Amino acid sequence: MSTIVSLPDQATAKLPHKSYLNEEYGLKSWLLTGDHKRIAILYLISITFFFVIGGVLAGLIRLELLTPPADLMSTDTYNKVFSMHGIIMIFLFLVPSVPATIGNFLIPLMVGARDLAFPKINLLSWYLYVIGGIFILSAMVLGGVDTGWTFTTPLSTHYLNTHVVTAAMGIFVAGFSSILTGLNFIVTIHRMRCPGMTWFRLPLFVWGHYATSIIMILGTPVLAITLVLVALERTINIGVFDPTKGGDPLLFQHLFWFYSHPAVYIMILPGMAVISEVISTFSRKRVFGYTAVAFSSVAIAVFGFLVWEHHMFIMGVSQYSALVFSLLTMLVAVPSAIKIFNWSMTLYQGSITFETPMLYAFGFIGLFTIGGLTGIFLATLGMDVHLTETYFIVAHFHFVMVGGMLMAYLAGVHFWWPKMTGRMYPEAISKLSAIVTFIGFIVTFFPQFLLGYLGMPRRYAAYPADFQVLNVFSTAGASILGIGYLMPMLYLPWSLIYGKIAGNNPWQATGLEWQIQSPPLTENYVEIPIMDHEAYDYEWLANKTVHEVQTVG
Amino acid sequence: MSHISPVLWEFLVNWLKRFAIFPPEASTIAPYADALYFALVGMTITGLLIVLTMVVVFSIRYSKDRHPEAIQMEGSTLLEATWTLIPLGIFLVFFVWGALLYFRIFNAPPNSMNVYVVGKQWMWKVEHPGGQHEIDALHIPVGRPIQVTLISQDVFHSFSIPAFRVKREAIPGRYTTVYFQATTPGKYHLFCTQYCGTQHSGMIGWVYVMTPEDYRAWAAGNTSGASLAQNGERLFASMGCNACHSGNAAARGPNLANVYNTRIRLTDGSTMVANEAYLRESILNPSTHVPAGYAPIMPTYQGQISEDGLIDLVEYIKSLDSNYRIQQMMNKSELSSAQAAPVGNTAQAQGVAKP
Repeated sequence: MSTIVSLPDQATAKLPHKSYLNEEYGLKSWLLTGDHKRIAILYLISITFFFVIGGVLAGLIRLELLTPPADLMSTDTYNKVFSMHGIIMIFLFLVPSVPATIGNFLIPLMVGARDLAFPKINLLSWYLYVIGGIFILSAMVLGGVDTGWTFTTPLSTHYLNTHVVTAAMGIFVAGFSSILTGLNFIVTIHRMRCPGMTWFRLPLFVWGHYATSIIMILGTPVLAITLVLVALERTINIGVFDPTKGGDPLLFQHLFWFYSHPAVYIMILPGMAVISEVISTFSRKRVFGYTAVAFSSVAIAVFGFLVWEHHMFIMGVSQYSALVFSLLTMLVAVPSAIKIFNWSMTLYQGSITFETPMLYAFGFIGLFTIGGLTGIFLATLGMDVHLTETYFIVAHFHFVMVGGMLMAYLAGVHFWWPKMTGRMYPEAISKLSAIVTFIGFIVTFFPQFLLGYLGMPRRYAAYPADFQVLNVFSTAGASILGIGYLMPMLYLPWSLIYGKIAGNNPWQATGLEWQIQSPPLTENYVEIPIMDHEAYDYEWLANKTVHEVQTVG
Repeated sequence: MSHISPVLWEFLVNWLKRFAIFPPEASTIAPYADALYFALVGMTITGLLIVLTMVVVFSIRYSKDRHPEAIQMEGSTLLEATWTLIPLGIFLVFFVWGALLYFRIFNAPPNSMNVYVVGKQWMWKVEHPGGQHEIDALHIPVGRPIQVTLISQDVFHSFSIPAFRVKREAIPGRYTTVYFQATTPGKYHLFCTQYCGTQHSGMIGWVYVMTPEDYRAWAAGNTSGASLAQNGERLFASMGCNACHSGNAAARGPNLANVYNTRIRLTDGSTMVANEAYLRESILNPSTHVPAGYAPIMPTYQGQISEDGLIDLVEYIKSLDSNYRIQQMMNKSELSSAQAAPVGNTAQAQGVAKP
């Protein structure tokens, strides 16, 4: 059972005459498109826009924290900046990042379909996203919102005079965008698989997105309801969360985290989905323990709904319920461990090359392992008491969200860039950017673990001078990280014109999407393919390549 | 080295002096928390090393140059079981360990000194039963178990003392408690760690852990003259509570003597323990839990009494309980006897004299 994969077919590659990119021209053809690939590009552009805004805000936060007093901006401004950073990065970048761009582009291709089940709903979900984004941007431009991304009541309902309702509306609307995307994915994966594409022949990318979609559909409505209640409480004072009216502020915490904990799995599962594809492709080997990886995604989605109270261990919940939630949180950590070990084991006996997506994937494995294991600190009840609400939390979720998810996102963007655009990104500089990002990340966020154990509270505009040294490290790292993110934003657009022609399958990957032209036709497949092999079947690919050469010769 | 630049040198030296990666251990809980922390750090490093070793070794050994042909394989149930069960087992160990610590932090021993803390935008208001009031400061004696009862007047706050490794949210409309016992005299950070609005980062203060003698001197020199219970008694009279809660058998309201911490039968047949939360709730929303045998005639005091006033009233009702009074007295005498031996009469006069 060995496979030798031939050289990429780049030397002779030509851009196809007709593709989804040149089928039609003009702004209207993009804004009214039903093509999942064009909608993916629309998403790619819009989430990059919001990522830049969120990133600039992050830079401002780090600059303010360079010195102990609140000197760069007032505490009020700082509060607005970190709130906006959180709201934009979570609801407008991380949640839609991989599913709405890469997932949107690839799921129909991977299941062998011509489009998603509901192309118009897919377009609608992009418009909802943009409308949500406009609400949030207008909340920012009109004077900002300073609730934090968590909208904690009664602070958000009775004690702030900022644009809370506008921002909440934005999240409410953007939430529907993610519900509709999830719906589209589930229906497509259930109903539109090509002949021969059984559940266990699906690429793990599709499994990951299936699990994500379940959470999107079941979790997001709860967030929507919660935000409506916050808005009603603010405007007509209904008192659901107000103890003086018989309400309970803890109810808000329960409702909010019932969505917002599963939401972290909305953010990380698609990233894991990308890593499975990348690791398999660049080690030329089937993902080790395919079924274990597939079911661990589903397990994360299911258990993810049962752990929300671990955000509230010190909030006066019953000590016995805290026990239950701590135990369940320990359980949800196991599927992630299973995935990490299976990816590592995939490398065993492989034939590994180190292209940029693979470097990002290695970065993901390292950083996500740290991020995941530090989560155990927080699931451990007695430790959580000391660590929660400090910079330890900040470091932990940035390791998972930025170190994990953003690395995976960049791995995915680089990996499928040739498929999306038909051109290669420049390899050397992109490898450099992967390394710069990794180093910058570690320097930025590792010191925050130490700060957290020292007790530095999060969301502080000013802090005691004892904490300065580590904060200076963190800010220095953030500037390196910024450079790391800036580089792809420059060389990727550059490659649209100057990049080498990619050809159909530059990585010699096995997925269906790599067997068609790059960029694909609007209808994806001239003929609906018939899946006659397992996912990640490199022998099939080798035979197919041999076969092709023979017919051409 | 100093030839680089004296200013820069000075700066570096100052930095290094301030550079800390570990908070002081100043409570009985801290060593337990730190032991757990180091175990968790050990687990993280081990886990990371295992994963890194796999990735690095396989990357070198099976790079395309050395290993041009990938060998396909399906997976292995044995391996899957291994890396499911071993991490699960390790995580469960931490679950039990963490739970034990958690119960220790939040269940104070019965002989604890009680201190009330009210969080409000943006200050910590500390009320000692003896009538000492402090803002953004907490003076406590070393070696005594302290139970802090927290409540918030407005939004969520969180009462955090990193040197003690404890933290507890102050929640509007609900008492929460946290317990600690300081081991080392000194001055430690007190933070609000739950984002509470504009001046969140200004809601910080100091915890002063004092030797028993120093504490006694401080307590004597800083009392407002009236204990919380005495304030409560005054409030009780001025709000007209005693009109109904007069203690007579024929009174319209229940007798409040010896009611604290007893089980009360309600009109709907259920029972509740008359703890602090029940007493507070019965003042604010009397009709929700009416004791059996009484008509729901008491008006609500919602919005008429501040959280400080409620604490005074609760403390007054508690002081009507003989067990509680005895406990309070024992606390006081223990504290005095602890300092009685070494201290003559000098410390009391000065209040700051250190042995």
